[in-house]
Amino acid sequence: MYKLEVQDLHKRYGSHEVLKGVSLAAKAGDVISIIGSSGSGKSTFLRCINLLEQPHAGKILLNNEALKLVAGKDGALKAADPRQLQRMRSRLSMVFQHFNLWSHMTALENVIEAPVHVLGMNKKEALEKAEHYLAKVGVAHRKDAFPGHMSGGEQQRVAIARALAVEPEVMLFDEPTSALDPELVGDVLKVMQALAQEGRTMVVVTHEMGFAREVSNQLIFLHKGLVEETGCPREVLANPQSERLKQFLSGSLK
Amino acid sequence: MIFDYNVVWEAMPLYLGGLLTTLKLLALSLFFGLLAAVPLGLMRVSKQPLVNLSAWLYTYVIRGTPMLVQLFLIYYGLAQFEAVRASIFWPMLSSATFCACLAFAVNTSAYTAEIIAGSLKATPHGEIEAAKAMGMSRLKMYRRILLPSALRRALPQYSNEVIMMLQTTSLASIVTLIDITGAARTVNAQYYLPFEAYITAGVFYLCLTFILVRLFKMAERRWLGYLAPRKH
Repeated sequence: MYKLEVQDLHKRYGSHEVLKGVSLAAKAGDVISIIGSSGSGKSTFLRCINLLEQPHAGKILLNNEALKLVAGKDGALKAADPRQLQRMRSRLSMVFQHFNLWSHMTALENVIEAPVHVLGMNKKEALEKAEHYLAKVGVAHRKDAFPGHMSGGEQQRVAIARALAVEPEVMLFDEPTSALDPELVGDVLKVMQALAQEGRTMVVVTHEMGFAREVSNQLIFLHKGLVEETGCPREVLANPQSERLKQFLSGSLK
Repeated sequence: MIFDYNVVWEAMPLYLGGLLTTLKLLALSLFFGLLAAVPLGLMRVSKQPLVNLSAWLYTYVIRGTPMLVQLFLIYYGLAQFEAVRASIFWPMLSSATFCACLAFAVNTSAYTAEIIAGSLKATPHGEIEAAKAMGMSRLKMYRRILLPSALRRALPQYSNEVIMMLQTTSLASIVTLIDITGAARTVNAQYYLPFEAYITAGVFYLCLTFILVRLFKMAERRWLGYLAPRKH
């Protein structure tokens, strides 16, 4: 039984097809890394999973429950039932490249927002949980700071605490370290590694080959909207079969 | 030239009464204006063409005509119609205070709606995506993320609108109300000392403006602290 299944996802912008049938299946505890050069469609694919982008074809299942989709006027699929989409989104939390914290709220307020106002948790319980998760990602001392007053690394760790606070089934990471200074990348990766070791199910779009190799148990290499290679990260990275992955790795991995 | 302090001093009760009238007009028109401006601002960012267009037409007509013309139309213009005079609204519409408040509230609601709409449109897209990705409904997203953030960011522009409205309330003196400017007109009519009469009114407005500026500075420090550079 899979936690998250995505089947044959297609997406185009105008006549340009960015995803030409991409699938993914994650069991509980799986950490799947998606790599590929820019323009390969990896971020678009991730954003289609929670419908931040509208795919044109494909199926998305969370815990075997299919997200009901209907085609809109422009041919793109949208949720048939907004309530189902909201419920599924709250079980699939996302961490963004540019953190996307709510700037008018403190770190603590950012973390309790969804538990209180989406899941309907009482505030006291949410505050306790929030403090716990902020401590876990190592930013408890910044709980009363506004996002604009924090470093990028701190913001991203608060964003991870915010994603954890809804206790999601699957966490989606969209290039979580790409906007960070090199010396801050390590802090965020360590937090993500700890989450993986706890058995959380994660789908990570990343450029960090070290993370992909050491932490994830499945690697997907996307090229021009298709899965070019997939498998165990150590094997795939040590023995790339396709010319394109060889090229990609020779440029990025040393 | 000699400044006649005695006349000003003797007229002080009149000015203070005028101050109260000015404050009443300002408070009522700002309150109802803001109340109308929030839904209007939301309509102005709606993707539904009909909703958006109707709010656009409202702000266009109100911002496209002078305040004084609007005030004359409401106070003098409506009274021309027998149907209006016979209606249950006549007791209100024959009151200068009501007409002035109505005209001011309508006027400020249009300008404020545009300020709020601009502020809503400037919400960072990523924050909206984060709200969606967390499973918020549209209503919740507006109530919890978009409006709180947009209203805060609208504060500096809104403070400007409030100060403009303070000065605009002086038009009330034209429809027989004794606000600060009305007091000055009365003093001038009695003593024919226009300089003394109007400079006193000017000082009152200056003091009120100063207080408003301070209040908005405090409000910005309280609610917009997150945009200020980090201290310590």
